Amino acid sequence: MTDATRYPREFVLGLYERMLLIREFEEQVKFLFLEGAMPGTIHQCQGQEATAVGVCSALTHDDYILSTHRPHGHALAKGLTPLELLIELFGGATGCCKGKGGSMHVGNLARGMLPAIAIVGGNIPVAAGMGLAIRMQKRAQVVACFFGDGATSEGAFHEGVNLAAIWNLPVLFVCENNHYGASTHYTKITRLKTMADRAAGYGIRGERANGNDVLAVHEAARRAATECRAGQGPVLLELMTYRLTGHSRRDPCQYQPKEERQAALRNEPIGAFARALLARPDVAEADLEAVRSRVERQIREAVEQARQAPKPTAQDVLTDVYA
Amino acid sequence: MTMKRMSVAEALRAGIAEEMERDARVFCMGEDIGVPGGWGGAFTVTLGLEKRFPDRILDTPIAENGFFGAAVGAAILGLRPIVDVQYGDFLFCAMDQIHSNASMLRYMSGGALAVPMVMRAPVGATGRGAQHARNVERFFTGVPGIKVVAPSNAYDAKGLLKAAVRDDNPVMIFEHKLLYGSKGARTESGAVDATSEIPEHDYTVPLGTAAVKREGTQVTICAWLLMLHFALQAAETLAAEGISAEVVDVRSLSPFDFDTLGASVRKTGRVVIVEEGPVSGGVGAELAAGLAERFWRDLKGPIVRVASPDVPVPFAPVLEHAYRPDPARIVEGVRKALR
Repeated sequence: MTDATRYPREFVLGLYERMLLIREFEEQVKFLFLEGAMPGTIHQCQGQEATAVGVCSALTHDDYILSTHRPHGHALAKGLTPLELLIELFGGATGCCKGKGGSMHVGNLARGMLPAIAIVGGNIPVAAGMGLAIRMQKRAQVVACFFGDGATSEGAFHEGVNLAAIWNLPVLFVCENNHYGASTHYTKITRLKTMADRAAGYGIRGERANGNDVLAVHEAARRAATECRAGQGPVLLELMTYRLTGHSRRDPCQYQPKEERQAALRNEPIGAFARALLARPDVAEADLEAVRSRVERQIREAVEQARQAPKPTAQDVLTDVYA
Repeated sequence: MTMKRMSVAEALRAGIAEEMERDARVFCMGEDIGVPGGWGGAFTVTLGLEKRFPDRILDTPIAENGFFGAAVGAAILGLRPIVDVQYGDFLFCAMDQIHSNASMLRYMSGGALAVPMVMRAPVGATGRGAQHARNVERFFTGVPGIKVVAPSNAYDAKGLLKAAVRDDNPVMIFEHKLLYGSKGARTESGAVDATSEIPEHDYTVPLGTAAVKREGTQVTICAWLLMLHFALQAAETLAAEGISAEVVDVRSLSPFDFDTLGASVRKTGRVVIVEEGPVSGGVGAELAAGLAERFWRDLKGPIVRVASPDVPVPFAPVLEHAYRPDPARIVEGVRKALR
């Protein structure tokens, strides 16, 4: 684990709080879903909080992210509110996509997040295009495009990364390697040792980092963003993490070997970071407890508010098709 | 008013250049579109534009899904991309970006963003066998969020292109290889004259509008692209027999201009729809259903479709001729409609 004493107290406690917010959000959503209160299906990210928070902590408010069918953590990390997300998940008219997106398409461009694209790899060419627009308009932003290990097998990955590479676009390609594309282990889909090795095929820099170490992710993303802003992008980051929850609703994860899963539980990012924080003289268990109760209250209140949010009317089905 | 005779390819080129001049957000992205010493795209439409706009004519790798997706991303952040494929058949390589992203992201976002992009694609059977030949219009007309046009002449090509660039939605423009009037090494055998007198002043042709190209009283022939020209030839033949056919250039395939089409149907009471492409599941099927639903009281007989048989596009000239409707088959269709 990266030494947490090298950063200001407020910064590291902020990272901890944001990761906890994601975990608590996902646990509450899981409960609401199993209870039957929430419609649709869900893809959750328990165990992957450090990748979302670490990357987004290295971006500015004006930078952009693109996400996948598993977007809740990315959205919260980028600064969408739990309330606008929960209303969307409940199918409410005042959700971040007015109830037209749902769990797999949450986003809010005003906060720098494109509605999540749930076709595996489909966001990667779009990210290249956003990078192209930034470069053509001579803006200083960067684009971070999240995708899973499974997406690296898609043609869209090849085409999108290659375009960004030949045009030096300011794009961080963030491969969250959570070990499984649905139920298929990542070692079964490539002969390469790492997904970061794929970078060589495009002549760009690739780096593998511990995706359960939020500060390691932050540092890798900060380096990559700096390179992108200097016109030395794109960069491919592979963040090693683990999906502690099912692929989607009610998946009991029977394909995950017991030992692998137990090791993942020991290394999960929030507990690991709490231990690193407690190594600081200025952080005590009571401080972490205060963060926990604040987050729990915030999510509880957001759920109550989201339940009351108005639903769209049947007439709304016809709006927002054309500009 | 000063006019200049132009081919479809020249008119599109002039339209693109004028829009790029007018609006710095407009740029082109495609394969072989601006390579010095190259062809200016497969059919010369962008020939020479890279000299005028060196930073806004972007040659891409052969990666349709990649650069169509890039166009989506660039459009969302405020640019106005014009992307093209060398042959309409290649749109299938980009289908995920067109269908899942370009057409849907506005709706998925609850109206928070727009995807103003223009997609250009040459269609039509031209002696190249099955995979550089399809009339793929049908795969895009039933896609909510996309507008589809198909100009039959140079005036419309320029005007519709300009309207498409200025529209805030994804717009697909289908162009016919035999109508471009491409010159030099890119000349097409069997080409049909689709040149127009083009005014020097700025003009657009509104998306969503059809145009009556020949007035008549007994039957309405609906067609677009190359088939429009064949329909006009058929109408000439029919006139010699004393049959008065009205010919409407459908021109906007999504949405249909039911005002113009309906006015003609009300007048004639009989409809023949001509389509290059298999008869089943075509644009003509949707058009026939739409007309029947709206104007059944005015119809004096069943709507007739003249289209290709349900086969892939063949190679041998005799087979290709058997595949594509021609003026004689349109005349036959009209006789059937009048029975």
